[in-house]
Amino acid sequence: MKKSLLLFVALVLFVLPAVSALAADTIKIGFNISLTGDIPKVGESSKFAAEMLKADINAAGGLEVGGKKYMLDFIYEDNESKAESAVTAMFKLIDRDQVLAVVGPNSSKQAVPAGQIANDNRTVMVSPWSTNPDATLERPWVFRAAFLDPFQGPVAVNFAVKTFNAKTAAVIYDLSNDYSKGLAEIFKQVFEEKMGARSVVAFESHGTRDQDFSAQLTTIINRKPDFIFVPNNYNQVALIVRQARQQGYTGEIMGSDAWGSAELMTLCGDVCKGLHFSTHYAAAGATGATKEFIDRYTATYGYTPDDVAALTWDATNVVLQGIQNTGKLTGRLRADRQAVLDGMKAITSFDGITGSMKFDEEGDPVKCAVVVQISQTGEFEFKESVCP
Amino acid sequence: MLELIIQNVINALQWGSFYALIALGYTLVYGVLTLINFAHGDVFMVGAYIAFFVATFFLVSLGIPGWLVLALCVPLTMILTSMVGVTLERIAYRPLRKKGAHRLYVVITALMCGLILQHANLAIFGASRKAFPPLIQEHVYNVGGVSFTNLKIAVIVTAILVFLILHWIVTRTRVGMAMRAISYDKFAVPLMGIPLDQIIVITFVLGSGFAGLAGLLFAMSYPVLEPYMGALIGWKAFIAAVVGGIGDIRGAFLGGFLLGGIEILVVAFFPSTLRDLIAFTVLLVILTFKPTGFFGVAKTTKI
Repeated sequence: MKKSLLLFVALVLFVLPAVSALAADTIKIGFNISLTGDIPKVGESSKFAAEMLKADINAAGGLEVGGKKYMLDFIYEDNESKAESAVTAMFKLIDRDQVLAVVGPNSSKQAVPAGQIANDNRTVMVSPWSTNPDATLERPWVFRAAFLDPFQGPVAVNFAVKTFNAKTAAVIYDLSNDYSKGLAEIFKQVFEEKMGARSVVAFESHGTRDQDFSAQLTTIINRKPDFIFVPNNYNQVALIVRQARQQGYTGEIMGSDAWGSAELMTLCGDVCKGLHFSTHYAAAGATGATKEFIDRYTATYGYTPDDVAALTWDATNVVLQGIQNTGKLTGRLRADRQAVLDGMKAITSFDGITGSMKFDEEGDPVKCAVVVQISQTGEFEFKESVCP
Repeated sequence: MLELIIQNVINALQWGSFYALIALGYTLVYGVLTLINFAHGDVFMVGAYIAFFVATFFLVSLGIPGWLVLALCVPLTMILTSMVGVTLERIAYRPLRKKGAHRLYVVITALMCGLILQHANLAIFGASRKAFPPLIQEHVYNVGGVSFTNLKIAVIVTAILVFLILHWIVTRTRVGMAMRAISYDKFAVPLMGIPLDQIIVITFVLGSGFAGLAGLLFAMSYPVLEPYMGALIGWKAFIAAVVGGIGDIRGAFLGGFLLGGIEILVVAFFPSTLRDLIAFTVLLVILTFKPTGFFGVAKTTKI
């Protein structure tokens, strides 16, 4: 009896410190992504890109911080493409999993509320794909890898005016999605400043779960716009474009970066071919590190990586860069998180596969956007690059 | 202006057809069992998925032309979906009924069954959406500025036909008579030699079969399938059935088109933001003045 007690004490004394020492040699990064719900493909792309990066670094012996190698441990938490679940997932990652930093959520709908949690709990968060300004606004702990809607809006306006000779436009957007609503409003404002008041002839909204858009489209088509701007998620785009064609609309339709999922063409098929949208990078015709990433991703997962995959790759690399900039991890979580924040702020310029970027004081990158056209083979072809 | 109105009427008829088809299933089951089968919207979703698998199987592995696939899809989808409905009845509702459980527990069981269907689908087929393959060549017709497709017309005609068939079954056949009798008195009727369980199974076959047909047509009209597609439209169709007078077939049919019409017309003439607000306010007002719906009677034989 006494012996076994002694043995137990010995175990506690010797093994436990060994375990915690082992734990200190890994860096935990949380991923708050949408693996189910409205946009599951977005979460999947993020996860695949992150897994690829993790395998690379761990195969090389880990991430070197201040002369010491750390293995990476990525924890994927599903936010079900919902705002409230994104908040819960953020709490889980920060409190239960004790991660050093968080990548995600992707959509602004989730990134805006989740960013508040990360900021309040003093943990660095980098959203790969969120473009709504509110996600990082007045939140020193929150960063992103994508450009902003106030930049993307004018890109779409200028492109449409120049390429389609558009004098009037119509907008259909998702009312309950911060991203879609924000971008639609910016587009309307910029377009009317440029082309005169009332040049946006129809400004129609719908709900996230809607499948029938015939009434909105009837109104839009009746006002005879030169083109329709559709800043919606790819799943709704497939239905909206199809129904517009069914109602006899033959004109141009243009979209935003939320179109750029690998799943767009499976859902939309032929009707989306030839349309344009603004996005973060163009997979067709990429060069250098971007091409290398695309080739490896395609070889591993069997499809061309969409912009979310590329942006997650960049966002995760930015976080790792921030961690390396700390110089040394102490093992005390609060201090380390603070150090990572300082490390993130110390990044002057980052060369990512979606272009080079530098962060401004809000944690937003200054980077270029591209406009792509969907080719007859369903590839997203580079059309034009627009820099701030 | 006139063509705008006619265009919206066509939109409303097509959209209302789906509500009507689903509402018919709610009302049939309620009429016979006074059970609100909340899993019905998800049976509709399962129907759409079954149609998807049947259609892809025939198109891809056998390579039959689209119109033939459609001709095979209609009966197969209806049969397979009605099997899902009957299975639900057999394993979830009947044991409770045999034990004499209060209706409330059966309704809650139905809600759970709906969630189980959704999440089983999510677990088995994953979260990514399915794109329904085009079965027939869609033609866009334009008559005097009004556009419609052959598919839209087919949907509207199908909804009307289904209504007429169900109405005929319930009012003119022996099975229908048995259904009405059970609705009148569940305890005395079996004593007259009417097989209660069989009639209930037939009710579920009819309700789920037409939900499957609605799923197939829905998948053809809106070819993006996801596990949650049945939930919202199911609830709305339920509301449509209540406004029409739940338990009455004419009520479900009318209620479905009424809800579809209000939704489309609100969007057409008001800012689209106000759609659900105005649509459901109108329905609430109707129910305030007529709590049993258009065709509902306070307490009597329903169906």
